[in-house]
Amino acid sequence: MNELVGTGRLVRLILRRDRVLMPLWVVWIAIIPIGYVASINGLFPTAAGRQTYADESAHNAGFVALYGRLFGSSLGELVAWRAGFIPVAIGLFTILTVIRHTRMEEETGRRELLGATVVGRYAGLAAAVLTTCVANLVLGALVALGLMSQDLPAAGSWALGLEFAAAGWMFAALAAVVAQLTASARSARSIAIVVLAATYVLRLAGDISAIGSGAVSWLSWLSPIGWVQRIRPYGGDRWWPLALAVGVTAVLVWVAVALSARRDVGSGLLASRPGPASAGAGLRSPLALAWRLHRGLLLGWAVGFALLGIVFGGVAKSVGDMAQDNQTFADIVARVGGTAGVIDSDLAGSIGILGLIAAAYAIQATLKLRDEETSGHAEPVLSTATGRLRWAAGHLLFTFLGPAVALLASGLAMGITYGSTAHDVGGQVPRLVAGAMAQLPAVWVLAAIAVLLFGTLPRLSPVGWGALAACLLLFLVGGAVRLDQWVMDISPYTHLPHLPGGEVTATPLVVLTAVAAALAVVGLAGLRRRDMPTP
Amino acid sequence: MTEAIRTEGLVKTFGRTRALDGLEMSVHTGEVHGFLGPNGAGKTTTIRILLGLTRADAGTAQLLGGNPWSDATALHRRLAYVPGDVTLWPNLTGGEVIDLLGRMRGGLDKQRRADLLERFDLDPRKKGRAYSKGNRQKVALIAALASDVELLVLDEPTSGLDPLMEEVFREAIRDEQRRGDRTVLLSSHILSEVEALCDRITIIRDGRAVETGSLADMRHLTRTSIRAELSAPADGLAALPGVHHLHAEDGKVSFDVDTEALDSALRQLTAVGVRSLVSQPPTLEELFLRLYDRKGEAAPRGSGAGAEVAR
Ligand SMILES: Nc1ncnc2c1ncn2[C@@H]1O[C@H](COP(=O)(O)OP(=O)(O)O)[C@@H](O)[C@H]1O
Ligand SMILES: [Mg+2]
Repeated sequence: MNELVGTGRLVRLILRRDRVLMPLWVVWIAIIPIGYVASINGLFPTAAGRQTYADESAHNAGFVALYGRLFGSSLGELVAWRAGFIPVAIGLFTILTVIRHTRMEEETGRRELLGATVVGRYAGLAAAVLTTCVANLVLGALVALGLMSQDLPAAGSWALGLEFAAAGWMFAALAAVVAQLTASARSARSIAIVVLAATYVLRLAGDISAIGSGAVSWLSWLSPIGWVQRIRPYGGDRWWPLALAVGVTAVLVWVAVALSARRDVGSGLLASRPGPASAGAGLRSPLALAWRLHRGLLLGWAVGFALLGIVFGGVAKSVGDMAQDNQTFADIVARVGGTAGVIDSDLAGSIGILGLIAAAYAIQATLKLRDEETSGHAEPVLSTATGRLRWAAGHLLFTFLGPAVALLASGLAMGITYGSTAHDVGGQVPRLVAGAMAQLPAVWVLAAIAVLLFGTLPRLSPVGWGALAACLLLFLVGGAVRLDQWVMDISPYTHLPHLPGGEVTATPLVVLTAVAAALAVVGLAGLRRRDMPTP
Repeated sequence: MTEAIRTEGLVKTFGRTRALDGLEMSVHTGEVHGFLGPNGAGKTTTIRILLGLTRADAGTAQLLGGNPWSDATALHRRLAYVPGDVTLWPNLTGGEVIDLLGRMRGGLDKQRRADLLERFDLDPRKKGRAYSKGNRQKVALIAALASDVELLVLDEPTSGLDPLMEEVFREAIRDEQRRGDRTVLLSSHILSEVEALCDRITIIRDGRAVETGSLADMRHLTRTSIRAELSAPADGLAALPGVHHLHAEDGKVSFDVDTEALDSALRQLTAVGVRSLVSQPPTLEELFLRLYDRKGEAAPRGSGAGAEVAR
C-alpha cells in the first residue's frame, strides 16, 4: 500500500483548504429538504389536501421534468419528491471539489511539489475522493437526522439521506475518472458538468415519457440520478438501487486508478494534440479571434437549446391530452380556447423559460470580454492596430447574435418535434421559431445591462447575473404572489408577447430593442474612456 | 536628433498609491533605451500609458510624434509590445498567436519569423496552455521581433528565460541595433541586461526618473575595483581623492576608485612597481545599490578614503 502513503496528510490539507466552503455547501444543501417539511405542512395540513396536490403534480409535465416522478402523497414522499433536484446540486459541488483537489493541483504544479515529498502515487486521488465521499455521507446523515427530528419515519429519512450520499459518491468517482483524461482543470470540469447535465436530461426525458406514452421511459435507467430516485424514500424504501450506486462508484474509482497508473503527473490521457504551426489565412482580425474563442460556447448552447426544444416540443402534445382528460381543468381549457389553447400556452411558457436561459448565454458571452481583459489576453491585442471598440465588437457579436442562434435552434427543434406529433410540421415550425425569436429583445436588454456594467463599472460586471436573477424571480414567483404590475414591469420579459397564440404588437419589441441599444452604447462609450485593468 | 518617446511630468495614482510622480523621460529615435528600476517603481504603468491602455492623471506623453491615448490605433501599427507577464489563449497554438498578433499589427516578416523560431528553439505547434512562462514570453517576443515596426516596447522580456535564451534575446536586440532604424524601449530590473544592450538608460524609482543618460555618462558615478600586488608599499594612495575601501597588507592592495580618479591612482601604482593587477569594471549593480540605498540623495564624490574605510 506504498502507493497510498500520505493520504491522511493530504486529507487534512484538503479539509484545511476547504474548511469554509465544504461545510457551507454540505449544510446548506442538507437544510433544504428540512425546509420543505415546514412549507408542505403549511400549504397542505390535511391528508386530503396533500392527496389532491399529489394527484395533480404527479401528472404535471413541468413538475415531473424538474423533480422526477411522484408515486404517493404522504408528507415524506412529497418532501423527497420536491428534493428531486438536490442530487444535481450535490453532483455539481462534488465534481467541483474533486477536480479542484486532483486535476487543478496537477495543473498548477502544486501536486509536483507534494510528489517530491513522501506521498504515494495514488494518495492525491484517494484523498480527494475519500474526503468528498465522506462529506456526502455527512450530508446524507444530516438530512436523515434533520427529517427524523421533524417526526418523519426513520427508515425513509435514512433512505433519502443515503439517496443523496449515493448520488454524491457516483459523481465523485466520475469526476475522479474525468480528472485523468485532460491536462487542464477547465476542460475536466466542463466534461464532468456536461455528463452531469446529460444524466439530468436523460432522467427528465425518461420520466416525462413515463407519464405520457411511456415509449422512452427506459431513458431514466441510463441516468444515475434516475437510479437513486428509484430508492423511493418513504414509499417503499427500496435498497437495491443503493447497492447499484455503490457498485458503480467502486467500478469508476477502479477505472480512475487504472487510468492514473498509465499517465505521468501533469499530463492527461486525452493528450493535448499539437495544433497548426502557423495561423490559417482567416485568423487575422479581432472578429476571427472572437470566433475561435466563442465557437465552442456557441455550439454548446445551440445544442443544449435544440435538446430543450425537443423535450418541450415532445411533451406539449401530452400536456394537451392531460388537460383533456382532467375534469378540474375543463373550464380553464375552455377559457383559453380549447386544447389547442392549452398547448399554445404550454409552448409559450416553455419559450419564456428558454428566453430567460438565453439571457444567461448572453451574459456569459459578455463576461468573456471581462475575462479577456483581466487575464491579460486583451493587452497584446489592444497594443496592435486593434482599437477597443473593434476588440469589443468581435465578442459582442456573440453576445447579441449567439442567443439568436440558440433560440432559433430551440424554435426549430420544438417546431419539428411538436409538429410531428400534431402532424403539422410545416405550420408549427414558423410559429414556434417566431415565438422563440420574439424573446430576443428582452434577452438583449439583459445583455446590454451586462455591457453597460462592463464598460462603466467593470469590477461590477458580474452584477449582470443579478439582473437576470431578478427577472427569473419575477418570472417564477411574480404571478403566484400577485406582485403589483409596476414591479412586474421592471422585467423586460413582462413586456414580451405570449407566443405562440398571443397577440403581437410591435411597440414593446421596438422599445426593448431601443433600450438595449442605448444601454450598450453607453457601455461602449465608457469602455473607450476608462483604463484597461492591469492583468 | 528626433525623439521616439517623450514624457513630461507624468502622474498616475491608484487609490493611495502614487505609481508615477512626475516622470520625465526621453527616448531618442534609433536607440536601445534601458528603463531600469526595481519592482513597483512604475515601469509597467509608464508603458501602459505609452500604449494608451491607461490614461495619465497629469503630465504629457508623446509617442512617435502622436498622442498615445487619442492616436492609439494609428500609433500601434508602428510599434510592437511584449508584456511582462504573457498569457496566451489556451486553445490557440503559439504559431497561431504569432501570426495573429503580427497580422493585426499589419504584417509579419515570414523569413524572420522562421529564423527566430529556430533561434529561440520554440515549438509553435503547442497549445497556449502547454507552454511554460519562458515559452509564452518567447511567443510574444517572436511576434514582436518579426513585425516590421519602428518601435519595440519590451516590458521585462527576459524574466522567464533561461540564461541560454537570454543570450539569444540579447543577440536579437543587437541585430535590431545594427539595423539602426528601430527604437527599442527595454524595461528591466536586471542590470547586466541593460548594461549589455542599451545605448541610454533611464533609472526610475518611486515613479520618478532619478538618473538618465548614456552608459558612459553613468560610469562617472561608478567605481572600478582594483587589486594589485606591488613591489613596495604604495604610500600616496590613501591621500588620493576618489579612492575608497583601501586595504593594504604584505605588499597587496585592494581599493575602489572613482572613474575620474582612475588615471592618477594607476600612476601611483606603476610608480611603485606592479607585479600583478586585477581590475573589475564598474557595474550598474553598484550604482543601482547606491542610488536606492541612499534614498535618492546624490552619490558622494571624492570623499576621503579614510572615511570610506571606516564605513
Ligand atoms: N491597477 C493597479 N491598481 C493599484 N495599484 C497599482 C496598479 N498598477 C500598478 N499599481 C501600483 O503602482 C506601482 C507601480 O507599479 P508598476 O508600474 O507595475 O511597477 P513596475 O512595473 O516597475 O514593477 C506599484 O506600487 C503597484 O503596486
Ligand atoms: Mg512591471
